[in-house]
Amino acid sequence: MAGPSIDALGQFRLTTGLGPLGASVNFTNSNEAMLGAAAIIIILFALGLRAGALVPGRIQALIEILYEFIRSMCLDTIGEEGMRYFPIVFTLFTFILLGNLIGLFPYFFAFTSHIAVTLTLAMFVFLFTTGVGFYTHGFRYLKFFVPPGVPGWLLPLLVPIEIISYLSRPVSLSIRLFANMTAGHVMWEVFAGFMILLTASLGVFGIIAAIIPLGLNVALVALELLVAGLQAYVFAILTCLYLHDAVHMH
Amino acid sequence: MDPAQTALLAKDIGGGLATIGVAGAGVGIGNLFGAFVSAVGRNPAARDTMFRDVLLGFALTEAVALYALVIALVILFT
Repeated sequence: MAGPSIDALGQFRLTTGLGPLGASVNFTNSNEAMLGAAAIIIILFALGLRAGALVPGRIQALIEILYEFIRSMCLDTIGEEGMRYFPIVFTLFTFILLGNLIGLFPYFFAFTSHIAVTLTLAMFVFLFTTGVGFYTHGFRYLKFFVPPGVPGWLLPLLVPIEIISYLSRPVSLSIRLFANMTAGHVMWEVFAGFMILLTASLGVFGIIAAIIPLGLNVALVALELLVAGLQAYVFAILTCLYLHDAVHMH
Repeated sequence: MDPAQTALLAKDIGGGLATIGVAGAGVGIGNLFGAFVSAVGRNPAARDTMFRDVLLGFALTEAVALYALVIALVILFT
């Protein structure tokens, strides 16, 4: 079939940014989006915390809601020691949330839709929680792989399963975030491409019929907004759960 | 039919078959929200605390469907 076709994965192609200087050090549009996300977070916090008012303004209220949300998550999930690990959870949450939200805008790059980025974040969380476990418990942390109250003859079966499930944590953590963002953006692209195909092949009737995929895309924007927040939340709460395992060993 | 064309055809069929896994996630998400609705019916006061766990469960279940999507993409584009 001639005419336009749907290029669903073209939007994730990396290009170099920042002109010839960026090209010489392979500074990509993904890096641009990351820097943008970090800059937005820093500027928001600088603006919000500048006043330090007792009755918060709009930006300060936003910052306080975010802070309170992650603080209660840390305390509820990890326990009393939760505040020690608050900074890392808060950093991960805001960075992923801003990355997801930036990616929702047209012509902006969603860096969380690349497995390289999410796997780096997930490996960082994995190594950090393992380090916390060994730091808190020493080599007794290896008892984590021996579930308590299990008859001895079952252990040769259960210990490998526990080890495999522990090692698969970074895989599932990274693929969940990456696949959610990629799937959402691919769906947008497919429906938008469908509109172009309709108008190209059916003429005036096609233009009228293209209202249906347009409406679907509008609905998908709402869904993706939900998914963007939800995935950042899930990443943060799973980090908290793993930290809980590392601190309390059960 | 020449072998290269057959391989392309098999790729498409394989990608389609890989999406069958999404059915399981559909059952899971339906179960999750069904249980949530009946639980809220019994105890409406606990709605807010339960909804947080439901969102977590929803995201975890949805991820299983997306594994199937990743497999399909790997089949189609490698």
